[in-house]
Amino acid sequence: MIRVVLPAHLRTLARVSEEVELQLDGPATQRAVLDALEASYPVLRGTIRGQATQRRRPFIRFFACEQDLSHESPDSPLPEAVATGVEPLLVVGAMAGG
Amino acid sequence: MSGVRVLVGTRKGAFVLTADGKRDRWKVSGPHFAGWEIYHLKGSPAEPNRLYASQSSGWFGQVIQRSDDGGATWEAVGNEFRYEGVPGTHQWYDGTQHPWEFARVWHLEPSLTDPETVYAGVEDAALFRSADGGRSWQELSGLRCHGSGPRWQPGAGGMCLHTILLDPADPARIFIAISAAGAFRSDDAGRTWRPVNRGLKSEGIPDPDADVGHCVHRIAMHRSRPGVLFMQKHWDVMRSDDAGESWTEVSGDLPTDFGFPIDVHAHEPETIYVVPIKSDSEHYPPDGKLRVYRSRTGGNEWEPLTKGLPQRDCYVNVLRDAMAVDSLDSCGVYFGTTGGQVYMSPDAGDSWSPIVRDLPAVLSVEVQTLP
Repeated sequence: MIRVVLPAHLRTLARVSEEVELQLDGPATQRAVLDALEASYPVLRGTIRGQATQRRRPFIRFFACEQDLSHESPDSPLPEAVATGVEPLLVVGAMAGG
Repeated sequence: MSGVRVLVGTRKGAFVLTADGKRDRWKVSGPHFAGWEIYHLKGSPAEPNRLYASQSSGWFGQVIQRSDDGGATWEAVGNEFRYEGVPGTHQWYDGTQHPWEFARVWHLEPSLTDPETVYAGVEDAALFRSADGGRSWQELSGLRCHGSGPRWQPGAGGMCLHTILLDPADPARIFIAISAAGAFRSDDAGRTWRPVNRGLKSEGIPDPDADVGHCVHRIAMHRSRPGVLFMQKHWDVMRSDDAGESWTEVSGDLPTDFGFPIDVHAHEPETIYVVPIKSDSEHYPPDGKLRVYRSRTGGNEWEPLTKGLPQRDCYVNVLRDAMAVDSLDSCGVYFGTTGGQVYMSPDAGDSWSPIVRDLPAVLSVEVQTLP
């Protein structure tokens, strides 16, 4: 089980109040987590990564275990603590004013 | 008793303002989609409780929302706007070519007859259509691909398709406008397009009377005379009496002919409204006085409308989609400002009062006249 914490605006959009829990069939990677997240919450398609490009939107960051994973390959394994549900994957709106 | 519903898009959410036909006591609902930019929302003429809203964010991209109960509840629908084929390039600010990239939906125009059909004008400029209530979108690519695209360039706010006019007398005829490319017309329901900019003169482009490249800010029509168009260009107020085939300047005695919105009285096709702004480098009213100008002669002769509007120390702007009229017997005129006020006149502009004073910066105002 993977835990994902969404930023407030995306929690509102997905109509969830707390962190999201996802079951993955294969290895825990950014791509697998986002695929599962968008399958469970289709309204999030296009808000975290481009629908056509599948690339992370420029002002979205991925943090976990006090590390910035934003620039990791989407197919790299996530930290073991995230893969086992000990720590959540944080989807964060970059600090950019507003 | 009849009433009005005013749909307000702002930098930080949407607001729905309602009143009965007297228009003197208002109920304010919102913010809807708090914290998001709402470039535009508009109701279906065929089913007034069907509303569409463009919700966007620099962080999270584009969302389209739909309501079937007049804005009480909303449902997110489709947000995939994919250009057809290879998108190609347009002119960038520095004159180089730049790839077409989707940024946001500026304007939503529901069909006049079918609540499920809605058009979207987007940045980078293109026209999309949905025939399933916003769930899926298809580009009408004949516009972007008609040949002049590499000469289009962004205005200060981006290269946006901001105006969509559906001809009530001819379902196949559509007008659109792009900053900064100009006005275009389709006579086959959006399949093919041609520029309709003859008569426009713009000093900001190398050839002032080129067929494309003009920074058109807004076009308006009266539904009883769809062949007569009124345009607020970057500078110049223009009119066309032949469905855009040719344009003549009607700025007349305006104090400045720079501005953004333009609209037409609901019952008087020759009565039009603009909000003169000092210049393109000073986006505020001349002399700190917020004045709507009205022409009852279809242009050239203008009168300032000031009663109830601030006449000192006012430095707000009124954006291109932020003016609308209702169709009650005494035509109401509405506009929103970048200072967060929404002003309303129940007497065709003779007097004004604010419905709300302290919203986030207003991006758009639409009005529905309800039975």
